[in-house]
Amino acid sequence: MVEALGSTQEGNLIINVGPQHPATHGVLHLVITLNGETIVHVEPHLGYIHRSIEKMCESLTYRQFIYVTSRMDYLSSHINNHACALTVEKGMQIEVPARAQVIRILMDELTRIASHELWWGAMAMDLGAFTPFFHAFRERESINDIMEETCGARLTMNYIVPGGVMQDIHPNFQNRVKAFLKMYKSKIHEYDEMVTGNIIFQNRMKNIGVLSAEDAISYGCTGPTARGSGVSSDIRKIYPYEIYNQLDFDEVLEHGGDSFSRYMVRIREMQESIKIIEQLIDHIPEGDFQAKTKAVLKLPKGEFYTRVETARGELGVYIVSEGGTTPYRIKFRSPGFSNLSVLNHIARGSKLGDLVAMMGTLDLVIPDIDR
Amino acid sequence: MLNEELKAAIADLLPEAVLIDGGEWVNVKVDASEWLAFAKQLRLEPALNFNFLFCLTCIDWKTHLTMVYHLSSTQYRHNMVVKVDLDANKPEVESVSSIWRTAEFHEREVYELFGVNFLNHPDLRLLILPDGWEGKNPLRKDFEDPINMIKL
Amino acid sequence: MIEEKTKSIAFPGQVHELPGGGVMLSKLDDVINWARSNSLWPLTFATSCCGIEYMSVAGAKYDFSRFGFEVARATPRQADVIIIAGTIVNKMAPVLKRLYDQMADPKYVIAMGACAISGGPFFYNTYSVVKGADHIIPVDVYVAGCPPRPEALIHALLSLQHKIKSGLTREQIRTTPIEQITH
Repeated sequence: MVEALGSTQEGNLIINVGPQHPATHGVLHLVITLNGETIVHVEPHLGYIHRSIEKMCESLTYRQFIYVTSRMDYLSSHINNHACALTVEKGMQIEVPARAQVIRILMDELTRIASHELWWGAMAMDLGAFTPFFHAFRERESINDIMEETCGARLTMNYIVPGGVMQDIHPNFQNRVKAFLKMYKSKIHEYDEMVTGNIIFQNRMKNIGVLSAEDAISYGCTGPTARGSGVSSDIRKIYPYEIYNQLDFDEVLEHGGDSFSRYMVRIREMQESIKIIEQLIDHIPEGDFQAKTKAVLKLPKGEFYTRVETARGELGVYIVSEGGTTPYRIKFRSPGFSNLSVLNHIARGSKLGDLVAMMGTLDLVIPDIDR
Repeated sequence: MLNEELKAAIADLLPEAVLIDGGEWVNVKVDASEWLAFAKQLRLEPALNFNFLFCLTCIDWKTHLTMVYHLSSTQYRHNMVVKVDLDANKPEVESVSSIWRTAEFHEREVYELFGVNFLNHPDLRLLILPDGWEGKNPLRKDFEDPINMIKL
Repeated sequence: MIEEKTKSIAFPGQVHELPGGGVMLSKLDDVINWARSNSLWPLTFATSCCGIEYMSVAGAKYDFSRFGFEVARATPRQADVIIIAGTIVNKMAPVLKRLYDQMADPKYVIAMGACAISGGPFFYNTYSVVKGADHIIPVDVYVAGCPPRPEALIHALLSLQHKIKSGLTREQIRTTPIEQITH
């Protein structure tokens, strides 16, 4: 225990940050060993939002467990549902109609923009600026209105189900998305002026929390955390699912490895998502929105693994089935779990004030880690 | 590398490994005593280079436990699954956190949820469960908790 | 109905016009209750998904700073109301109790979302969830929803304000239905 906390020699101070703290993005408890202002060791204590989701899913059927996965990484709730639906479809060999595939990708990319917006607003607020928070929520409210008209909910939408989507899109959907894109593209320059080009933010993020490419792979980092260090890890490009292999978008890579590189990866990812939506919004194919499936779904005996790219990294859903209506064992490989394990490695030797910038760029959502 | 070439390469490396059919990836079953050496070979062999451990979990089959490791290579983009069977009464296996650093947190989680003892792990203690839950192993199939768990 | 009542008690007092100015007559209790209800400072306490809807209420579209809630304090010593937004699990329960004990009287508690009311979607077959935050601390207002809409949270905040303005004690706030409050 003593070695885990860093050496408690003379002059070292142990402080607790959290679990109730405005900058920890959820209930994360960090035990920090300090020597003056320099960090010697950071240790995360988890479990303050452990809702035993994996045990609970062993008693829910394959149609019922989708709702609880919305609440794991609630900022990319559509993408979580998508991963579970893909796993069930892989097991039962269900063919998803083309219209449903395009609707799913549109919802995924809108969710990715909304999640990155909230990340940007919350991170700027952590570094001391309150105004970007309100700009970010203005964009998020537009996306939430679009989602609410079609899916019925603003945050935890159980819209993507095994077989397709639950309901057809609202007739207003295409016009509202086009209006949103027009408004969004005219406001993006505000982000550059307020935060990205601001000399104070740049000094607080450049050369802070440097993560090398080998360390990123060894610690299992995925998503923008790994792409900021130059590791190519976009599941949409490497193991494409749905129709991502037919779309034209770039994988965003930066090679600095510091907090500013991870920041720029996410800002540019928002623009790539806009490109994807623009390619699809006028070409939604006609057809069914849901494949014909039986009322009670039963997966055959075996194991199935699917991976998708959420806003935070690679989410993997691993289902072991014994042939019944409920899974025998289900495991969610969450991106935040591995991204958090790298915090001690990058924070050692920095000052306490830089820890907040590092945690902000790792983009942690704690219920995703604790499940 | 394609699945057939992978199967041939793995049979070369470790003749005692049992290849299981079915599934989209190469599935290998290894003995607990040979796991660490096999893992080092998978990581260091230049033609395989499995440098990314992306999922580490455990399944409780009531008579025995099975550890499942999902490996991938960022260079060649091939995937494989390794399974290690453990005894349900005294589950013990070597830790691979010296090869893939991500295993530190994942093995702590399996330790507290299933009770598997990882030998030579740098820091094996509870991660997600509260204090006092050592030995309770909630994800095992024979876990009973009449106070906290309300069954439907 | 709440809107009519809140309009009628804008500022508790009678104004008498006199040459050269005016005089305002009121009861001290009414003025104190009015001031207390219009400046409830919430504690930033969000554990899971309901926290995002709480942040939306703080945003510019559904703005709760027009009701006096803008100053969200991070320390419980300076907060008046704790909005429990999210699930409470066994490991977090002692932390919540300690935060509640650190708040100074008069303090109020709002349980936001299904998880804080009764365990919500995590009621069956979980070994680590506290089935309702009122097992830990006494709750004044319950807001239903998963997550509740921002308008629902604002309704809850306004009902709490209305009950405080009418001078009820904490036990009375929990037991008196809002239709019975006459002034």
